[in-house]
Amino acid sequence: MKDSLRKNVIALFFVTVGIIFLIKLFYIQVLNKEYRFSAKNNVLRYDILQPVRGLVFDRDSNIIVSNEPAFDIIVIPREIKAIDTTVFCRSINISKQDFIEKLNNAISYSKYRESVFEKQLNALTAANFREKLYQFPGFYLRKVTKRVYPHKNLGHLIGFMGEVNSKKIKEDNFYIKGDLLGVSGIEASYEKELRGEKGMSIRLVDVYNRTQGKFSNGEFDTLATRGKNLISTVNIELQNYGNKLLEGKLGSIVAIDPNNGEILSLISSPNFDPERLSGKNRSLNYKSLTNNIDKPMFNRALLGEYPPGSTFKVINSLICLQEKTLNPKNYYKCDGKYFFEKNRFIKCHKHNSKINLNDAIKYSCNPFFCENFENYFKKFESSEKAYINWFSHVSSFGLGDWMNNDFFSGRKGLLPKTDYFNNYYGKNNWNSSTIISMSIGQGELLITPIQLANVCAIIANRGFFYTPHIIKTVENELTIDSNFTKKKFCSINKEYFKYIINGMFNVVNSKNGTAFNSNIEEFNICGKTGTAQNPHGDDHSIYMAFAPKDNPEIAIAVFVENAGWGSKWAAPIGNNFIQKFFEMKNK
Amino acid sequence: MRKAKNIFENIDYVSIILYISLVVIGFFNIYASEFNDDSNEIFNLSKRHGKQILFISISFLIAFFFTIIDWKFFYSLSFLIYALSIFSLILVLFIGKISNGSLSWFDLGSFRVQPSEFAKFATSLALARYINLFSIKKFNFLKTVLCFCLVLIPLLLITIQNDTGTALIFLSFILVLYREGLTENVLIFGFSIFFLSVLCLVLDFFLLLIILFSIVCVIFYFLKKKKKNIINIMILFFFCALYSYSFKYIIKNYLPKHQSDRIMVVLGQKKDPHGIGYNVIQSKIAIGSGGLLGKGFLKGTQTRFDFVPEQSTDFIFCTIGEEWGFFGSMIFLSLYISLLLRILFLSERQRSNFSRVYGYSVACILFTHFLINIGMTIGLFPVVGIPLPFVSYGGSSLISFTILLFVFLNLDSYRLQILR
Repeated sequence: MKDSLRKNVIALFFVTVGIIFLIKLFYIQVLNKEYRFSAKNNVLRYDILQPVRGLVFDRDSNIIVSNEPAFDIIVIPREIKAIDTTVFCRSINISKQDFIEKLNNAISYSKYRESVFEKQLNALTAANFREKLYQFPGFYLRKVTKRVYPHKNLGHLIGFMGEVNSKKIKEDNFYIKGDLLGVSGIEASYEKELRGEKGMSIRLVDVYNRTQGKFSNGEFDTLATRGKNLISTVNIELQNYGNKLLEGKLGSIVAIDPNNGEILSLISSPNFDPERLSGKNRSLNYKSLTNNIDKPMFNRALLGEYPPGSTFKVINSLICLQEKTLNPKNYYKCDGKYFFEKNRFIKCHKHNSKINLNDAIKYSCNPFFCENFENYFKKFESSEKAYINWFSHVSSFGLGDWMNNDFFSGRKGLLPKTDYFNNYYGKNNWNSSTIISMSIGQGELLITPIQLANVCAIIANRGFFYTPHIIKTVENELTIDSNFTKKKFCSINKEYFKYIINGMFNVVNSKNGTAFNSNIEEFNICGKTGTAQNPHGDDHSIYMAFAPKDNPEIAIAVFVENAGWGSKWAAPIGNNFIQKFFEMKNK
Repeated sequence: MRKAKNIFENIDYVSIILYISLVVIGFFNIYASEFNDDSNEIFNLSKRHGKQILFISISFLIAFFFTIIDWKFFYSLSFLIYALSIFSLILVLFIGKISNGSLSWFDLGSFRVQPSEFAKFATSLALARYINLFSIKKFNFLKTVLCFCLVLIPLLLITIQNDTGTALIFLSFILVLYREGLTENVLIFGFSIFFLSVLCLVLDFFLLLIILFSIVCVIFYFLKKKKKNIINIMILFFFCALYSYSFKYIIKNYLPKHQSDRIMVVLGQKKDPHGIGYNVIQSKIAIGSGGLLGKGFLKGTQTRFDFVPEQSTDFIFCTIGEEWGFFGSMIFLSLYISLLLRILFLSERQRSNFSRVYGYSVACILFTHFLINIGMTIGLFPVVGIPLPFVSYGGSSLISFTILLFVFLNLDSYRLQILR
């Protein structure tokens, strides 16, 4: 009996081991998914196919951004054999230190996987290098695309490309390390449209990372889809002309078609060539651009904040007309000074002493607007209530708020709220006299050039505007964002605009008008000059204008920094710009 | 002629069918692990699967030959075969060739022979013959020691060759001796030592002492007044403590580095996925990626693209696990266990001690290979380089296991003639 027991013990032992093996197998094969994942990691390599970025055209289908082939040098450190580094470095113009540094970078990433050794060689260098490539095992050339900018002064408008940062990679899983994306301008704000869809090719590799064919015969591969082409609202010829006008000056011109809010030109001077911020010398150029004292990288048209100066008188007049505290037919007296407190006054220039609204705009008479500003405040029981009402009128012109346009960057400008004055002067401790400088567009007020251009478009349209935008159509999309096609009204009734527009017409076309010196009669230009006092230096020269007077086709804002009177620089530039616009149109 | 007819009437076809199915499964999986997109003719002698066909043919011829030989041949020549085997094991130390770090191969021109493979067969025969000299259950101390010596001599010689894997196989004879009357205390002692060894490697030494001490306290509680027992237990406790301390010390300081590392990897005490743990991790990834139903014949990526080392020899089970999944592995393990149980069953129906002991030896040798080989591929056993009998690639191993099995089937077919 004992024998049979022993026999059974051994048989039982065999069976037990078999069962233990089965349990363990069930665990690693069926229950635990980790091994399947690891197996995929072992054999699958996901190659990303980079899409070709979309092109950008101006409104007349002239190309303003395109692509050209460039070449990255790829390295697989494990495959490198003894090579002549002198020949290598000379053929792509790098130093020996660079070579060592780049190679060490690649090695520290992986010895077995490819990494980018040198980025975006141009076709000529690459062709030269390709001839010698057989001498450098482990190095490969990979075709990529590079942005090309046929116009050298569109840096602010188009923007430039930069390498994606780790924060962006976390937010948007489209990007991986080393990808380029738009950093500013159109490149940034239309990044999603321009970038296209990445493709994916999955291949099998063996233990030595050698390719063994496609995964599932390429069933799961996808092709890259190129980015969408964009048609911009910009007229490139006009843009270039404006750039020339501002050459050697600090300033900006924004031109809008008031009928639809399309930005015809957006010029900021000084400018930079976006090409300098792509390719090999990017970081060096970037440093020199940002260190430049004239801040060429600063987009003044969108980001510059200036006091609106006398151009703001137009808005104040409209508010007074709307609130009926100003009768356009009444005459006011101006003795060259306006005393808003005892011994404190605002000066005026020489002109007839008896003036109505039309004359006041023509001459840009300070006392007239100060007096009307105070008259407006008298209508209300408290300064605070008056100011709140005033504030809502002004903000309906788009001041003190984001434009909501299709640019990546922008500024709000400054339109202070009542709280600001309550904090500064104390509640009920301020009145129209305290903030009298606002009546002539000084004081706390700040406006950006694109905001002023929009104000001008509102006046040209007699009370409404379309949000300014830079892109006219996106390929394969029938409409653009409805925000850009919706009419938006300001709080002033249409009937009051005619008084203002007559005044602005006289500014340019009447003998005593502030911009008469630069008048070009045939285009019926209506404008308003401005001179913004600048605590940091000379006054800024400002001009806004639209033309023609009836059915206007262009509204512009011109800022020239530290250039003195609005009539001295901004108005001539603006009128010349308008002339160019019509000349081109009638050609 | 009558004799030959008897043989084919009496031979156990169940075992033969199981044997052939394992060999065929082995061939297809070797083919799969060698398969690539370049050249895949089955009869290509430059490839492993091609050579395996040659080895299989030779094995079948040898199987036939060993089936028709008279059983008396093995019986009477047992000790001579054993002596020759021991001689070849000594000879290989002088004129052998080193392969994979062990000095265990004779280089005979175009092919090589490993005498330790045949030593298993010789030792089984000698042990069977020796036990057959005495009647059952007349085991005295001297005879037990002699039995152990028969096993220990080849074991030590093979250890000197630095072929630890094959040496381990000789421990399987303990199971045979247990069947023949060795006290079960040996097994209990063996298992206790095994658990204690594992525990002392996994646990901190002082923690182990505390656990041992608490066990002692529990035993005290149950034994209460028997003083003599208490002293015995105290001594046992002392020796356990001494053993665990010295065992860990020996493993760490005297065992070759790669072996102690392999043990530590299995016990989870060491992680080194690109070094010593690479084999096991890749092997588990290959098997684990098979899933429930497997990836299908010739579709296993892990084994085909060489992620698993030694995939046609020691790690052949990876291909089975990856391409045939859990169901395939289950069928394969069942076939294997069935063959082992069949041999046990056949051994028990023998009339002579000689045949029974030999049968048990065959079963236990095959089982130990199975235990270590499959155990290592699924991470339950340290990596030890031994093949899976009948399945792994390799002529020496296939032929020697075929001889081992078919000598037993021969003895089984003569079971009515062999009385003692």
